[in-house]
Amino acid sequence: MADLAHQNVTGAHPGETRRDFLILTTAAIGGVAVAATIWPFIDSLNPARDTLAESTTEVDLVPVQLGQRLTVKWRGKPVFIDHRTPEEIKAAADVNISDLRDPQKDSDRVKKPEWLVVIGVCTHLGCIPLGQRAGDDRGPYGGWFCPCHGSVYDTSARIRQGPAPLNLAVPPYDFTSDTTIKLG
Amino acid sequence: MADARPGAMSRIIRWIDYRLPFVQFLNHHLVEYPTPRNLNYWWNYGSLSGIMLVVMIATGIFLAMQYTPHADYAFDSVERIMRDVNYGWLVRYAHMNGASMFFVLVYTHMFRGLYYGSYKAPRELLWILGVVILILMIATSFMGYVLPWGQMSYWAATVITNLFSAIPLIGQSIVTLLWGGFTVGNPTLNRFYALHYLLPFIIVAVVLLHLIALHRFHSNNPLGIDLKGPQDTLPFHPYFTIKDLFGLVVFLLVYAFFVFYAPNFLGSPVNSMPANPMQTPNHIVPEWYLLPYYAILRSVPNKLFGVILAFGSIFLLFIVPWLDTSPVRSARFRPVYKWVFWLLVIDVIALGWVGANPPEGLVVTVGQFATFYYFIHFLVLFPLIGKLERPRPLPFSIAAAVLQGGGTRLGGAGAPMAKP
Repeated sequence: MADLAHQNVTGAHPGETRRDFLILTTAAIGGVAVAATIWPFIDSLNPARDTLAESTTEVDLVPVQLGQRLTVKWRGKPVFIDHRTPEEIKAAADVNISDLRDPQKDSDRVKKPEWLVVIGVCTHLGCIPLGQRAGDDRGPYGGWFCPCHGSVYDTSARIRQGPAPLNLAVPPYDFTSDTTIKLG
Repeated sequence: MADARPGAMSRIIRWIDYRLPFVQFLNHHLVEYPTPRNLNYWWNYGSLSGIMLVVMIATGIFLAMQYTPHADYAFDSVERIMRDVNYGWLVRYAHMNGASMFFVLVYTHMFRGLYYGSYKAPRELLWILGVVILILMIATSFMGYVLPWGQMSYWAATVITNLFSAIPLIGQSIVTLLWGGFTVGNPTLNRFYALHYLLPFIIVAVVLLHLIALHRFHSNNPLGIDLKGPQDTLPFHPYFTIKDLFGLVVFLLVYAFFVFYAPNFLGSPVNSMPANPMQTPNHIVPEWYLLPYYAILRSVPNKLFGVILAFGSIFLLFIVPWLDTSPVRSARFRPVYKWVFWLLVIDVIALGWVGANPPEGLVVTVGQFATFYYFIHFLVLFPLIGKLERPRPLPFSIAAAVLQGGGTRLGGAGAPMAKP
């Protein structure tokens, strides 16, 4: 107590005492400790390891006939795999890019032209567009049609009509062999 | 504290405070709040318990976001928390060991109250509310222990709910009602989960009542004498905020030691096996903080009587303010009670040891003797010592006692801790 009072008297500027220094350093260390304590709680809400373990999916393409569409589940979402016919590929390639809302060349959206792989979640509000099953309404461009708010996608799954702002997203994937792809 | 030049911020605060005196309220109860200047570190345990309650609720809510309350999934969901959820092990170990720490703090808090006579007039309701909190804590911790659905969870639930079967005539119907079935099962787990989530908030409510009662007559103090004026007190902030914070840091070191270096030391390894309704573990033990009650239960060879005494050992605490007939609060001035107090501490520890060991030989004898002493202590020694003991003279005031060595007489403002 005594030297504290002494220092106060002799200190050059009031408000720059050893006590101020102690309060500031204590508060700073306390702040770091609180932040370090809160982080584990927030991080516990992030995807857990068992959830992350589901993040890759392998798909065997052999059973998918020409013209057939396959839906697989990846990270809890449907992924559309379309074994496109030459006509569908031509229709997708022949579009004038400048006419598109979300301009993208068909060749930028596929790794092999006969296999289109997209996430089957409408970019408007998250519904699953129709067109995967025989007899579904595929919309005027022969691709997909979202029943929720009428978005229409073409054979490259690009947005052509309706309220959706973007093309159906292409997930990260690789051909691990000629007939197998690995999503994620 | 007062701002001479009211800025925009302080004008907004004043506008709000005029209508909703929240800042005034905090100021009144946490800043200016007059606190006996002679409080020692045994007075840290109340605020520490309050902080621990918040920690338990916080960790509990985050665990609840990952836990599945179903007999078929509960055990696996807890294992998932331990292995897969980010920092799940930390949140769960903090919650598990937090329960033990909470009881350490509350038991210390209660023994402090017993030593310094904090339950005596006019603080009887303050003490009674504290006992209510203890009972709610025991219920909450027991139901929480059932949730991981391990072997100990399951059989603890079976044994504890079966205590109610001791009630004559309607006992078995009550147990069936508690279970929601013919054994402890999924309906039991679901209702325990609901109640385990609910009760902590009821504890918060009772804690608020506890604080209202506390702030009515202010804290008791090591001398056990009434506050006579401002010279006996110091403002809560900064003197006791800093004292409580220092105690908190020391406590967190102990807590962190258990969480990080001995997380399973206080638990039973048997609970790492999934619940098996077809087989009871060889040796059933409750968590350490329930061992004394468990020892009392086992020490009585009659089922109904054992249950009555085990519950009675807690309910007895409700009438402690009237069992103690001494007019003097603090044991410092009670030459006999000062020593007898420690007999109770030893007795409760002995009961804990008895509860932890299989009931054979010496354990049974010690258990019966310790049970007997526990009740004698409160029902016979408390009233008797109060009547027969001759207390030492009490100091005139806290200030007089505190400042005796310092030379100043009732200096008030000239106190040794005055701000430079």
